[in-house]
Amino acid sequence: MRLLFDIFWSFLKIGAFTFGGGYAMIPLIQHEVITLRRWLGEGEFVELLTLAQAAPGPISLNTAVFVGYKMRRYSGALAAVMGVVIPSFVIILIVAMFFADIRNNVWVDAAFRGMRPAVVALIVAPIVGLARGMNAWLMAVAVAVALVVWYFAISPVWFLLVGAVGGVLWAAYQCKKC
Amino acid sequence: MGVLVQLFLSYLKIGFFGFGGGYAMLSLIHSEVVVRNGWLTSGEFSDIVAISQMTPGPIAINSATYIGYEVAGIAGSVVATVAVCLPALTIMMLLTRFFLRLKDNIYVRGVVQGMRPVVVGMIASAALLLIFPHSDEGRSFIDGWSWAIFALTLFGSWRKVNPILLIVVSGVAGVLIYGL
Repeated sequence: MRLLFDIFWSFLKIGAFTFGGGYAMIPLIQHEVITLRRWLGEGEFVELLTLAQAAPGPISLNTAVFVGYKMRRYSGALAAVMGVVIPSFVIILIVAMFFADIRNNVWVDAAFRGMRPAVVALIVAPIVGLARGMNAWLMAVAVAVALVVWYFAISPVWFLLVGAVGGVLWAAYQCKKC
Repeated sequence: MGVLVQLFLSYLKIGFFGFGGGYAMLSLIHSEVVVRNGWLTSGEFSDIVAISQMTPGPIAINSATYIGYEVAGIAGSVVATVAVCLPALTIMMLLTRFFLRLKDNIYVRGVVQGMRPVVVGMIASAALLLIFPHSDEGRSFIDGWSWAIFALTLFGSWRKVNPILLIVVSGVAGVLIYGL
């Protein structure tokens, strides 16, 4: 019971202080899970990051499941997930309850008009870094997916499935040569 | 009741196909929430991304809680949040048990590598959807100031300025430009 509470509490802290999501929170997780609690070794942590990126869903959530499950199986995973989800759930619920009332305030509206293009810039910014490691073919796939999903409003799910199947076929083709 | 089921299914799908982290999931969330179900306009969607940047937690969970509440109150926010977490919970537990054996499997690596360019394309499509939305309601770019804020934020982000700070500064700029 004590361990379950510790798992819950650690991930509550991680959930409450991970602004911006994704890679920004890795140092915090490292500190909490390796340095403070010694639940994982450095090697296991690298393993965890590989897994968390290969699986669908937010990295913080995947990390919570991995650590919780390793420590205490199902109840551990559940305690960790609840810890990581509760802070953002409570904060967003409060925002959602009051946002509708203030959304049409002149000042709030003006602020959001300023923030909307900034949001788009934050989405555009990582694309360059991600595209750098790709060859011309992969780049063409990325551009085609972007244009088709945007222009025809098709769900990107289909392209993920095609990408997964394509990756398997390519691996099989490579292996025939090896 | 019907809307709760729809919320559950939409967010289950977002959770299940949410590869590549926050920004890649945006085009998926957009496709479910704006295009398929019409729960939000493109501009409102952009507002939630802004709120999500300023509050802790992943965008997938934030958007689930927010949109769930907008569509069906507190019950809706609980249903959407649980739904978006379920796939990660089950898939990660399975992977944690079996991945050590699968890790070096070339087909598993093939899947991950094959999805990578798609994920980059999905991030770009999320940006395109906000820059050139399909409907005029709630556009993100309204005048030259919008593009100036866009360019400065992009530059700031490349120079590793904290994204929360960039959002807050843009909000202040918005108040100065449009509020006075």
